[in-house]
Amino acid sequence: MVVDQLHEDEVSRLFQALADATRRDIVARVLVADSSVSRLAEQYAMSFAAVQKHVAVLERASLVTKEKRGREQIVRGEVDGVQRARRLLDDYERIWRQRVDRIEDILAEDEDRN
Amino acid sequence: MAIISADKDTQELNFRIVAEFDADVKRVWRIWEDPRQLERWWGPPTWPATFDTYDFAVGGRAEYYMTGPDGEKAHGWWVITGIDAPTRLSFDDGFANENREPMDELGRTHAVVTLEDLGGRTRMTLVTGFESLEQLDQMVGMGMEEGLKGALGQVDAILAEQGAAA
Repeated sequence: MVVDQLHEDEVSRLFQALADATRRDIVARVLVADSSVSRLAEQYAMSFAAVQKHVAVLERASLVTKEKRGREQIVRGEVDGVQRARRLLDDYERIWRQRVDRIEDILAEDEDRN
Repeated sequence: MAIISADKDTQELNFRIVAEFDADVKRVWRIWEDPRQLERWWGPPTWPATFDTYDFAVGGRAEYYMTGPDGEKAHGWWVITGIDAPTRLSFDDGFANENREPMDELGRTHAVVTLEDLGGRTRMTLVTGFESLEQLDQMVGMGMEEGLKGALGQVDAILAEQGAAA
């Protein structure tokens, strides 16, 4: 399929990870600045453990990385992962650019005939 | 330049493209209204589309398939949700299996096309809303089989056609 260089199950992991609003929000936050899991947990009306699970899903999808710093776990956004998702929209744009080209050709043909 | 802008919203999963054409609104409307014209540009050159049902009315259904280089078929459907000729068309767009039954698990996109008169020229704005990234993946997969090389073949085909018409 299309999704360049990505393995099928990698794609599934990526999309499952991004399908959740909280997880998208976490990604947006840690792309701006690294954050500890406990700081993230303060932002959402859910338990620390739940946020930790969300982070683990994002980690498996390579959208964030996590490292231990003292007693804290620091989460960092991975720009590459997010760009993969963006690439799909780029591809969709390409489909439409090609369609517009073909529409132009059809319209131009009419002119030639008139 | 035909394409004025193309904007992608990765958060809201929207795609918006604005293009201008050297033809009046009624003429551009026909490339949507007439299935014989629609099938000339909807599918990529190597995956030509065939619309075998096209009920161009609000609530009406379209059924189409695209035929790949190896003869495989990719089926899709539309349900037209709004017609305000010749300036506005909206429809839902989804996939179907080989028995032409809609595959609802893949979701649907919603497209709104607006045509605007620029004094003989036409501005076309199309906004597509996706339900999920999985679905966007499917959508792209279906339309992208040809890659970029297809555009060249298309030019050849049109040149050949014009040669035959002349």
